[in-house]
Amino acid sequence: MTGTLLLLRTFLHRDRWQFLWWSLGGALLYWSQAYSVDGLYTTQAEFDHAAATMGHNLAFIAMIGPARALNTIGGQVTWQATAFGAIVAGLMSMFLVGRHTRAEEESGRDELVRAQAVGRLAPMTAALLNALAANVVFGTLVAISLVAYPLTAADSISLGVGVTACGWLFTGTALVAAQMTASTRGMYGLAGAFIGATYALRAIGDVGTPLLSWLSPMGWYQAMHAFSGLRWWPALLLLAGALAAVASAYAVFARRDFASGLLADRPGPERAGPTLRGSLGLAWRLQRGSVIGWTFGLLLGGLMFGSFGDDISDVVGDSELSRSMFLQGMNNLVDGFYAASIVMLALIAAGFAISSALRPRTEENEGRIESLLATAVPRRDWLLGHVAVTVAGTVVVLVATGVGLGVGYALVAGDSGALDRFLVPVLPYAAPVLVLSGFARLLVGVAPRLASLAWLPLIQASVVMMFGDLLKLPQWLQDLSPFEHLALVPAESFRWAPFVALCALALALSAVGQVAFARRDLH
Amino acid sequence: MIRVSVPLRVGSVTGVAHPIEISGLVKAFGTLRALDGLDLTARSGEIHGFLGPNGAGKSTTIRVLLGLLRKDSGEVRLLGGDPWRDAAELHRRLAYVPGDVNLWPTLTGGEAIDLIGRLRGGLDERRRAELVERFELDPTKKGRSYSKGNRQKVALVAALASDVELLLLDEPTSGLDPIMETVFESYVDDFRDRGGTVLLSSHILAEVERLCDRVSIIRTGRCVETGTLAELRHLTRTSISADLARPPDALRALPGVHDLQIDGNRARFEVEPSGLDAALDTLQAVGVLSLTSQPPTLEDLFLRHYGARLEPHDHTGVPDRDTPRDRTGS
Repeated sequence: MTGTLLLLRTFLHRDRWQFLWWSLGGALLYWSQAYSVDGLYTTQAEFDHAAATMGHNLAFIAMIGPARALNTIGGQVTWQATAFGAIVAGLMSMFLVGRHTRAEEESGRDELVRAQAVGRLAPMTAALLNALAANVVFGTLVAISLVAYPLTAADSISLGVGVTACGWLFTGTALVAAQMTASTRGMYGLAGAFIGATYALRAIGDVGTPLLSWLSPMGWYQAMHAFSGLRWWPALLLLAGALAAVASAYAVFARRDFASGLLADRPGPERAGPTLRGSLGLAWRLQRGSVIGWTFGLLLGGLMFGSFGDDISDVVGDSELSRSMFLQGMNNLVDGFYAASIVMLALIAAGFAISSALRPRTEENEGRIESLLATAVPRRDWLLGHVAVTVAGTVVVLVATGVGLGVGYALVAGDSGALDRFLVPVLPYAAPVLVLSGFARLLVGVAPRLASLAWLPLIQASVVMMFGDLLKLPQWLQDLSPFEHLALVPAESFRWAPFVALCALALALSAVGQVAFARRDLH
Repeated sequence: MIRVSVPLRVGSVTGVAHPIEISGLVKAFGTLRALDGLDLTARSGEIHGFLGPNGAGKSTTIRVLLGLLRKDSGEVRLLGGDPWRDAAELHRRLAYVPGDVNLWPTLTGGEAIDLIGRLRGGLDERRRAELVERFELDPTKKGRSYSKGNRQKVALVAALASDVELLLLDEPTSGLDPIMETVFESYVDDFRDRGGTVLLSSHILAEVERLCDRVSIIRTGRCVETGTLAELRHLTRTSISADLARPPDALRALPGVHDLQIDGNRARFEVEPSGLDAALDTLQAVGVLSLTSQPPTLEDLFLRHYGARLEPHDHTGVPDRDTPRDRTGS
């Protein structure tokens, strides 16, 4: 164990910002639920009514957890935030453990450290303590923010303790995953799959088979029943689970060789398949994981919004905030809500389009472009392959969004014509989404060092969309967002002019970026 | 009448154009002049060594040749074309191995070799299989799990298995063990024997001495020497140590003699080629009991140029150190 404390100090120093951002973001997830619930409903009767409607919606229950005391702010916070809070703690723990264990081992830096006067178990132990500490910070912030809101102290603290204990358990399982595979990517895959499985188990369990929820650590957290008859003992299950996971990680570590994993790295194909050909084939191969991931994510997001069905008028409430966010000045609440949901989902889809447009920059930065452009592929074609994947991927992701909305709505409202109602209005959002990716491509071509600024317009558009009217932002600032110009279908009827103008703008931005890229120095 | 159609190389059409012709090339990054009037010619069918320490501008030159960087001024001809404007067509006729190979983390080595080959327009399947075996490369591993040496092998297989006229190799053997270096050298030799041209940037001098027909040495973005190894050796000093019958005091007055140490009847010194004859005469005049002489190596040559950065060197008798000269023409 020699050197553990020294390493731990280094890790804490290196990770101090990560601690802060993860914990602040996570705590905000809890606190904002309290704040928004408070803002949405003006009277308790309205709140009771909404709670009754929500509590019977099986899709909600599957997505977030068992419905308890939903007509209280504390009950709402517990319901809305615990599952996602546990996921945030899980992801934070996974990345913090991974970056100091498997990633260091894979890169060979760990070898340098181990050649010093450092005990065999020291790097792993320091990484463990580091992640445990991060979860304490997270839990503390959650508890403090809720106590300060103010909500009942004991229940607020239990939400903090529960999320810390969940994080500790996921720290343990991430540590086990780090012993399993030789690659960092593989480790994140395993640890992430475990988090996903605990979520899925409790989702199925909460809907009809309570036994399954008792198999899931996330279910144990929710079984603490904060704000609805608090009990502490399920936290002990989490602690026991964490202990067991950490112990097995140490047991495996003692038996394995340096730089190896328990699972052998699977060999890949010896020869390239027929599709790995040309710049399009390569761009697709490099981006397909991302396209598939975002497609599933937005399908799920669409399902989530769609499954509100027509209950929406009960759920949304009648406050200033809900008017600003969902109504966008419309009269029909259901149509207004869905028009706004489509914009929100399209903003998320823009995340795909921007990251996809930035992918060529990553290839350039990581030095993989050199060997490629030393072949007979002209730069213009190489980039065009990526452009094609961005555009086609954007359409696919938006179609998935529309299908998700339609299917979710049809399942809940029993309306088989819902697919048309949602799919058609979603598709035109390809235009503003591609404007943002076109801006990213422009930066990559003209000012590659500033490429990360490509995310700014998305932040601006999101703020305008959600708080534009509430904050009374000046009109020109709102008009800067390409998402503000399309007609809000289904609340309004479709207009061609803004759609065509946005398409032209997207094309122009991308074209200038592509031409500039073909003319500049590559590094 | 039977006509034999011989595939014409642009270089042989005019009888003047060489596969690589660079004169007065300038490339600046901000205020840093990475290339400052560089001249370089690689002739058809030769292995041309491209020597210089880190930061001298070797990789920048190769990137200009590949059309990745745009020259600021000067003339650059690659296989008779313009490396910036005609990049894609020219690249069909050349292969490149970078010094620091970065592979796609999710593609296997075999996939990367095929991909690069396909993008260039085809690989020699037989040679590909042979190279994979001779380099003992496991093509089923993912890019992220290769060591540096193995990533280098992937790039070498992809380059050497292609049918091209020109190889641009930027420190291609960094990370290879000596056995693999030998395999590499035999393939490069073969390639030259089939008529190919190679630009080999390196600072492994033994490798350059074994392989290269001609050598260019660059320093801070300029070419300071170029010629065959034999010719370049003439530029450097021979070191001599001798046991003599009497103290050889006459040596002190000779031009071209450097670092002279006389210790009683023993003398050690370095002498330029031009002064060698006179120095030996002087020694003979005092009576030679034993004599060892060491011929100049590329290493001496290299250190003469770059040692100057460490300790100021006496350049008398070696005029025009910093102007490029082509010795083979004389």
